[in-house]
Amino acid sequence: MFVGSAGIFILVTILLAMSFRAKRSNSSETTLERAWIIGLGICFTMTVLAILLAYGIIAGNRLTASHSEDAVKVSARADRSGWTFSYDARPGHATRDILHIPAGQNVTVSITTGDVIHSFWVPRLAGKLDAIPGHVNTLKLRANEPGTYAGRSAEYSGPGYLGNRFEVRSHGADTWQAFLQGELD
Amino acid sequence: MNALKLHRKLDAIWSSEPGWRGWFSTVNHSDLGRMFLGTAFFYFAIGGILAMLIRAQLATPHSAFAGEEVYAQLFTMHGTIMMFLFAIPAIEGLAVYMIPKLLGTRDLAYPRLTAYGYWCYVFGGAMLLFSLAAGIAPNGGWFMYPPLTGPIHSPGINTDFWLIGITFVEISAICAAVELTVSILKFRAPGMSLDKMPIFAWYILVTSLMILTGFPPLILGSILLELERAFGLPFFQADLGGDSLLWQHLFWLFGHPEVYIIFLPAAGIISTVLPVMARTTLLGYGWVVAAAVALAFLSFGLWVHHMFTTGIPHMGVAFFSAASTLVAVPTAVQVFAWIGTMWKGRPELHLPMLHILGFFITFVIGGLTGVMVAIVPFDWQVHDTAFVTAHLHYVLFGGFVFPLLAGLYYWLPLFTGRQRFFKLGEIAFALVFIGFHGTFLAMHWVGLLGQRRRIYTYDADAGWTTINFLSSLSSFILAIGLALVLIDILMHMFATVRGKRNPWGAGTLEWAAMSPPPSYNFASLPVVRTRDPFRTDTDLAERIAKGEGYLAKPNGNLRETLTVDVASGKPDYVVRYSANTRLPITLSAVTGLFFLSLLLKIYWFTPVAVIAIAIVTWRWVWSSGSRNDSGLVSVAANTKLALAETVEASPGWWGSTFLLVANATFFGSLIFGYAFLWTIAPGWPPPQWLEPWAPELLAGTGSAIAASAFIRMAMRQNRNGQSPQSGCLLAFAATIMTAVSLCSLMLRIPDPTGHAYGATLLFISGYGLFHTLLSALMLAFLSARISAGFVSPQRKAAPAIVRLWTDYGAATATVCLVISHLPAWLT
Repeated sequence: MFVGSAGIFILVTILLAMSFRAKRSNSSETTLERAWIIGLGICFTMTVLAILLAYGIIAGNRLTASHSEDAVKVSARADRSGWTFSYDARPGHATRDILHIPAGQNVTVSITTGDVIHSFWVPRLAGKLDAIPGHVNTLKLRANEPGTYAGRSAEYSGPGYLGNRFEVRSHGADTWQAFLQGELD
Repeated sequence: MNALKLHRKLDAIWSSEPGWRGWFSTVNHSDLGRMFLGTAFFYFAIGGILAMLIRAQLATPHSAFAGEEVYAQLFTMHGTIMMFLFAIPAIEGLAVYMIPKLLGTRDLAYPRLTAYGYWCYVFGGAMLLFSLAAGIAPNGGWFMYPPLTGPIHSPGINTDFWLIGITFVEISAICAAVELTVSILKFRAPGMSLDKMPIFAWYILVTSLMILTGFPPLILGSILLELERAFGLPFFQADLGGDSLLWQHLFWLFGHPEVYIIFLPAAGIISTVLPVMARTTLLGYGWVVAAAVALAFLSFGLWVHHMFTTGIPHMGVAFFSAASTLVAVPTAVQVFAWIGTMWKGRPELHLPMLHILGFFITFVIGGLTGVMVAIVPFDWQVHDTAFVTAHLHYVLFGGFVFPLLAGLYYWLPLFTGRQRFFKLGEIAFALVFIGFHGTFLAMHWVGLLGQRRRIYTYDADAGWTTINFLSSLSSFILAIGLALVLIDILMHMFATVRGKRNPWGAGTLEWAAMSPPPSYNFASLPVVRTRDPFRTDTDLAERIAKGEGYLAKPNGNLRETLTVDVASGKPDYVVRYSANTRLPITLSAVTGLFFLSLLLKIYWFTPVAVIAIAIVTWRWVWSSGSRNDSGLVSVAANTKLALAETVEASPGWWGSTFLLVANATFFGSLIFGYAFLWTIAPGWPPPQWLEPWAPELLAGTGSAIAASAFIRMAMRQNRNGQSPQSGCLLAFAATIMTAVSLCSLMLRIPDPTGHAYGATLLFISGYGLFHTLLSALMLAFLSARISAGFVSPQRKAAPAIVRLWTDYGAATATVCLVISHLPAWLT
């Protein structure tokens, strides 16, 4: 995308620069219109956009594809001071500002909020998804390696927005089992 | 009569009162255009200072410069001022000043309305400025998302300043849009058919129509949020059947067209200035007009792309993603038409051209990052980061400020009749260009590294320190550049020597007026036969000044101009304007009292203010028209035209039509909101539907239909030479009956503070009641006019206008009654 954009930008700059060159074509107004407006303005632009859009929709579908039944289900509830996470596989237990997930498995996060709008964002694992009062949005996550991933709320929520952060801990099979069994908070 | 004598005579008729007193009573478009531009640039300076404070805060990690609360006010007010108090008014100001001159006429369609709009802008802006000075400015971000801005999370007065102040300012946008639309369609030089119109007028026409359909959703959203804050009607509270997403839809339904409302006039400046700079004509005039129209339509299908992260289903998002990328096509058509124009001609590097090149470089980058964020997976990452902030500045600064400066430098010789002396403008341009790109390239970068927008500080170990410092440093270079532009313009206005007419060799009519243009613009209205009348016909200016055109003979003290047929440009009828008056400033001051009573929650005063508005408006409308039939008016050697008051499609009828277009969009958005809450919001169905009551429904709809029939009867009576009084009074009685039915409905609505259903129904029926009462007031006015002898079979303009409003009131009342009764029958 970046290379393509740079290419188009350079093309436009060269066309602009060349217009200052001493040249006088005597082509008619209609020829010019055909070349500049129909050729470059419509055909060229449509082609580039079609390719880009197809890519975007395919990639978007991959990211939102429905989960197989075995996905681990967790819930995230935001408020103005942080995030509370709960787990379908460990009912009754909640963690504050730390989301535990198993590594190498699909995880579905059901996101909502207790007060204003927030946004769930773990840059290294997935895109943003908003937490909206009265609605539950679901996000698909997958961390292939065990480790810690920083998360942020990414929708301005008034005072305290800067500090509204959390982290995602992805566990190997053993520690994940330990977490589910309650041996780990 | 020689040219000088004609000038003195016309100037005595058209000029404003001398000195500063003239500011308050002027209705002249050149004066008001200058005042609009001056005020807009004052706000540009304030917004710029706020931007500098933001960059000062972010220059170093853990800066103690501004605290979190102050910072929130800074970024909210920076966005708000730049969008609502600078960009839109600057466009209005330029259009108000230029349009009559480009179209070869003497003033806009409604001079008093221009003044009213200007004063609403001044008073509304003053409210926001006061909040900023007092440290109680809005602080929820410029798009004001509830529930953060709702009564629970923002109980202070800060948000009310935004909702009430901006709505007040929007009145001026709606006034200007109605006025410019009608002026462009009807108030042109004889012979100027639509296809001979200067390209800038096309762009302003499209922009005005977009304002009429784009601003009402925002005005609706602001009113709903203020009602929730003031009276607890839960439109946006999820636990009471409201939905905060409704605000986002309404806001972006306005907010995306807004981007094009700002961009299109700028594109109009480029399409006007660039061909002159390249010593040729615009390549593909028809294509460019079509592209502008296409852009306007597409821009209304894009708003959801601001909401890609709100969890809307992916196929829905894909549709809007496609529409968002499609908008690049008409944009590209214009960009390539401009580059093609440069290839066709011989571009010369004057100062306006430098700014156009600055536009090209900046806007193309902004457009490309725009296509990037239209791609959904990419947006999911960069949304709400500094990348998006940088992108929108590339689009708005590149797409608006550079063209505006190009236009300003292009038309300065016309504004002042002087020439530039110093090379200050070129230095300023270099500083602006370097400073801008330094600031915002850095912001793209730091955004990709993950810096969120609206955070007031960051950690030193985030790795953003150098980039932010670079950005802040560049922003100060940008500010110095803009300050130099200001100095350059002031020097030009007050210090330099007089220049010659039409220094660029342009072909449009504004250069055929004197520079600086006189109060009446043209001593006589030229007959237009080509798109660039001044290009080939070089002694046109002298012929206009000598009075060899239409309306060359001053008629007593009357300010006269003529209208043309919309498509062909054939002369249609003569319009007589009212002279200088303080009514506009009085009416906007009274309007201001209305808004102030809401802001300060002095609700007992609100009805007093409403009655005062009605009284001043009554006087305003009463003062035009005449009690005697008069014959045709001679406008040229062999041409006589009728007066505006003798036609049904009078300027007032045209204005009412377009005002009702805006109004219908408002009503449509309201119905959309109702349907949205019903189908999407959590917490529906409500605990209790409204109990249907057939007599109320039948009486209300029946009397609404009767009112429409009776006003038609009055018009028929008038046409046949009978007194229309009986038809008018019957229509009045019918509207009162409709109003009674709506009142009965409003009293039966289930608890409006308990569920959004009741709140919405109350608002919808309140809207219907308002319009019914408005019809009743207008019918009472018409009846008084009939008694006073202002209406005759020949003077038939007024009943046609009242018919429009009666029909609209009847239609909305019917819709209100039906949709209130419907749910209970359906479920």
